[in-house]
Amino acid sequence: MSRGIEVGGIYLDNAATTRVDEGVVKKVSEFFTKNYGNASSQHSIGREAKEELEKARSEIAKFIGAEASEIVFTSGGTESNNLALKGLALANPEKKHIITSVIEHPCILETCKVLEKQGYKVNYVGVGKDGIVDAKDVERKIRKDTLVVSVMHVNNEIGTIQPVEEIAEICKKKGVYFHTDAVQGFTKINLDLKNIDLMSVSGHKIHAPKGVGFLYVKKGTKISAIINGGGQESGLRSGTENIPGIIGLAEVLKKKIDKKKIEKIRDRIVRGLLEIPGTKINGSRDNRIYNNIHVSFYGIEGESLMLMLDSEGICVSTGSACASTKLKESYVLKALGIEELYIHGSLRLTLDEITVEEADFVVEKIAEKVMKLREISPFKFEKGEMK
Amino acid sequence: MAGNVDYNKKVLEHFKNPRNMGELKNPDAEATVGNPSCGDVLKIMLKISPRDDSSRPDNENIISDIKFQTMGCAAAIASSSMLTELAKGKSLNEAKKITNNDVAKALGELPPIKIHCSNLAADALRKAIENFEKSNANI
Ligand SMILES: Cc1ncc(COP(=O)(O)O)c(C=O)c1O
Ligand code: FES
Repeated sequence: MSRGIEVGGIYLDNAATTRVDEGVVKKVSEFFTKNYGNASSQHSIGREAKEELEKARSEIAKFIGAEASEIVFTSGGTESNNLALKGLALANPEKKHIITSVIEHPCILETCKVLEKQGYKVNYVGVGKDGIVDAKDVERKIRKDTLVVSVMHVNNEIGTIQPVEEIAEICKKKGVYFHTDAVQGFTKINLDLKNIDLMSVSGHKIHAPKGVGFLYVKKGTKISAIINGGGQESGLRSGTENIPGIIGLAEVLKKKIDKKKIEKIRDRIVRGLLEIPGTKINGSRDNRIYNNIHVSFYGIEGESLMLMLDSEGICVSTGSACASTKLKESYVLKALGIEELYIHGSLRLTLDEITVEEADFVVEKIAEKVMKLREISPFKFEKGEMK
Repeated sequence: MAGNVDYNKKVLEHFKNPRNMGELKNPDAEATVGNPSCGDVLKIMLKISPRDDSSRPDNENIISDIKFQTMGCAAAIASSSMLTELAKGKSLNEAKKITNNDVAKALGELPPIKIHCSNLAADALRKAIENFEKSNANI
């Protein structure tokens, strides 16, 4: 699959979005020009669209080990997360307490803030230096009126894997709904849905188109729609279904990902980067998704580093304050308690398949740019400083 | 997450090839300032000597050499670089009058969110000159 922004470009920002798989594009295009029906129409073109829609739903359900009726198609991760929390709140007004974590994606955190304004009490559970939520911290916070616990599967910045199955089991025992934002982990790490009531997924992170995703809603969950209208998606999400997107989402699940290969290249890059003096890995090294690298370089600033790499055709991202619209360093890095002179110089690399040559080129360029920026910086990395 | 800032060519050129970057041995004055918005740091070092120009008998002190070190975004690095170009050779009084606006203008323009980075550069220079004047007043 993937790579190739322009000739010679190396795209290492697959946690932001991914290149749509060629096979998916081919399959999807039929649904713009030939099979373009509205699944609610009664005529043959409409019925055919409906049939394809339901086929895709069944395939996706099968992939995650669920029933077709448990899949609610949405416009992506943001909408799925909004539907999960607000939809539960609407349907269960007697419960006014929510538990989530400090490292969730903004679409969970901002939704929680809105609910707080509506009178909800929200507990934001912290993480250790490893960037992982402790399930026991969650358990201690559960109250009689807890509506839902929402903890992401894989963090979008540092790639750490959260103990969601363990937390889900606790929630099941306590009779509390459990939701997970699985946007970053889906297709990469299997999840047992046994105790998970709701799960959010987005297409564009997994080589399917943008603007499509779904919320898995376990049978029997009391939830209301937040988008009302024609009653599509069993009334849980009105609006004409994005059939091309949904078909694309189902189609991409047929592709095999060579996870081992990506992990091996990832580890090679990590080894190379750690040779640069004053380099630290942020977050747990072991409990981390196989395609994520998150590093900090002492005494330099991430936006500068990202721009210098961009001029070499290498696309990465940073959690640096200077690169954010609010001029605040990433709240995720802050939650890890990273030291001042490291927190500014952070870099996130999220891989898809790349060659060994490309990987070595990336390491070489990063080392070169880090050294150049250290030359410019008043902070020099002294030998012997703790790594 | 990402600010998605668009820099003009001049800013990028100064960012990629910063002028007067590095350290001065035994500077006559220096100042380090931090960026309150985003937490970055800029250091200015000056060599100061009397103007060696017989046509100007006032013999005032000028910035005969200037160097900077910056940890910051592209705008901060480019602003530092541009500031050193503006300041070099100027009398202390002239140099003190350089504003962040002068730096930003000389760079063409800066994205609004990056204006504070040029503040940093002008502040550092002013502070270095003040430090020099203070320590020399004591002699
Ligand atoms: C963890 C996580 N949740 C939610 C989202 C939002 O997904 P979408 O872009 O499909 O709205 C993202 C991606 O930005 C994400 O990384
Ligand atoms: S130095 Fe931080 S935004 Fe410019």
